[in-house]
Amino acid sequence: MTAPIEIEPAAGPAAGPQEGRGARRGALGYALTKLGGALLSIGMVVVATFFLFRLIPGDPAIAYTRDVPLTPDQLALLRRQMGLDRPLPEQFLDFVARALRGDLGTSYEYRRPVAELIGERLGPTLLLVGTGLVIAVSLGLWQGTRAAWNHGGRLDRFSTGISLTLWSVPTFWLGLLLLMVFAAGVGPIPGIFPTRGMEDVDAPDGPMYLLHVAHHLVLPCITLVAVVYAQYLVVMRSSLLDEIGQDYVTTARAKGLRDAQVRRRHAVPNALLPTVTLVFLHIGLVVQGAVTTETVYSWPGLGLLFYEAIKGPDFAVMQGTFMVLCVAVIIMNTLADVLYHVLDPRVRSA
Amino acid sequence: MNETAARRRGALARFWRDYRAQRTGLYGAAILAVFVLLALVTPLVTDPSGLDVTKATGPKMAPPSAEFPLGTDESGRSILLMILWGSRVSLLIGFLAALLSMVIGTVTGITAGHFRGWSSAVLMRITDWFLVLPSLVLALVLAAILGGGTSTIILAIGVTSWAATARLIRAQTLAVEARPYVERSRVLGAGHWHVMTRHVLPNVAPLVLANTTLTVASAIVTESTLAFLGADAGQASWGSMLRGSYDWGAVTSGAWWYVLPPGLCIVAVVLAFTFCGRALEAVLNPRLRGVA
Repeated sequence: MTAPIEIEPAAGPAAGPQEGRGARRGALGYALTKLGGALLSIGMVVVATFFLFRLIPGDPAIAYTRDVPLTPDQLALLRRQMGLDRPLPEQFLDFVARALRGDLGTSYEYRRPVAELIGERLGPTLLLVGTGLVIAVSLGLWQGTRAAWNHGGRLDRFSTGISLTLWSVPTFWLGLLLLMVFAAGVGPIPGIFPTRGMEDVDAPDGPMYLLHVAHHLVLPCITLVAVVYAQYLVVMRSSLLDEIGQDYVTTARAKGLRDAQVRRRHAVPNALLPTVTLVFLHIGLVVQGAVTTETVYSWPGLGLLFYEAIKGPDFAVMQGTFMVLCVAVIIMNTLADVLYHVLDPRVRSA
Repeated sequence: MNETAARRRGALARFWRDYRAQRTGLYGAAILAVFVLLALVTPLVTDPSGLDVTKATGPKMAPPSAEFPLGTDESGRSILLMILWGSRVSLLIGFLAALLSMVIGTVTGITAGHFRGWSSAVLMRITDWFLVLPSLVLALVLAAILGGGTSTIILAIGVTSWAATARLIRAQTLAVEARPYVERSRVLGAGHWHVMTRHVLPNVAPLVLANTTLTVASAIVTESTLAFLGADAGQASWGSMLRGSYDWGAVTSGAWWYVLPPGLCIVAVVLAFTFCGRALEAVLNPRLRGVA
């Protein structure tokens, strides 16, 4: 098999080393270009959010305070507080200024600032996503390496089949199945994991608390890993397959190196490059997985907050969570771009 | 003109011969044919009044029986009937959303590839923006703001899923426009419109076809996820059935007949589209031949 020469990284289109001008100016210039792009993207998120949430049919003041009875005086006061009585450009500037200060508005459902709510929910999400990512990346890279090294073998076909199937399974359905089997129990087998939440009311203190949370974490984590690990597997596999066809691998073999050494010392480090960036680049998919997983297991994170806001609907919380999630994803992507540039000398000199 | 038709028929025959060689592609096509057929004959052989909660006749949450082959839901409706009618909603939304995504993606891709300079840069900036954003989150916000309904869901999925297609089409457009015959045509006085529709479009069309098939698969998954997260089309789809099973405790009470069938249908259809898409890619993209 002749490996096609990939000038563009296999990591995906958004890796974008095409901006050759930035690349020639050296690493710093490149990072600045990417930073500028990220700021532009974040600006676009803010603009899009502002106008999207002005599309809500009807009076925003009423939409935002849904189910809370208000007198006409209160409504008028609220409209002035929300700035609805001012012209649109002024409203926009005010919105941007508030967002920059970290003021994301007030939720009428919770009667608390949205930023505070988001801060509270950040911890559980980071715990779930962090644990899930570490496991998914390790599993994906390990299985992908094995699949590529035994290219065309039974293991290769098996893992490709598994990843294709997992890709077709909706995250939430997988969560429902796991809930049904392992939390509710099937037939005579009792459920061994909790069905919802991160902790029970009677959660123990001290070191036992960690175990308690870990027990709750098992099923959500498995769900998240199952959904995202396949993409790491596939990319690691194809990236390693490209390397196997290269001359330097043949040279390493010709030197008489053992098979495992050729793989570990020569092929895998090179194949890792696009895969490492992929971890950051596809963080958007992980965020989506987290929203669904948290909903199924009532995991008290950002995803559940977003879902509850959709269901409410609580537009203030929806707007705030939306912006935070988007900005987080954009920052991760920029990190991926810069990281790729640092790690791969070929892109640097291009 | 006759010669062109003969050539096209020949190309089609060759395509079918190559496609037939892809076993998984054939399986996928067969599964799809069954589902599409079922969705089409459902209104002819079943009565939609069984979907009405107030007119449901069966026992509540009953396991499969002779009368209800797949059991009943929380208000005594037949799961089988809901699956059959749900297939219409899921497939329709999947197809139309993928179509919308394909149109936006192809137009953006060809335009960004054909024109140089700032307009292309702006288009690619927007494409990258959509590519980076978590599309499900954006689709949820769109659906929540615009309010329920089938067209809203189609719009929400289509508007958030075209970016990857646009990237792909743009790359292909750049490759096609570098070919000598396009340059020849340009020298002979062909305008932008002529080059884009007569030379670029036919050349990227196979790629668009394969890509759309894969997009339908992800659109169906997105539709079910949106429905599960509360943004449904107002009609029973497979996703909203699963929402119902979750809300009514079918998961924790072990009512597997309410949870398994809709999910299995989604997986079957999505796998079928993925198989077809991969087979199309393998047939249409010579570089992949013999590799996959």
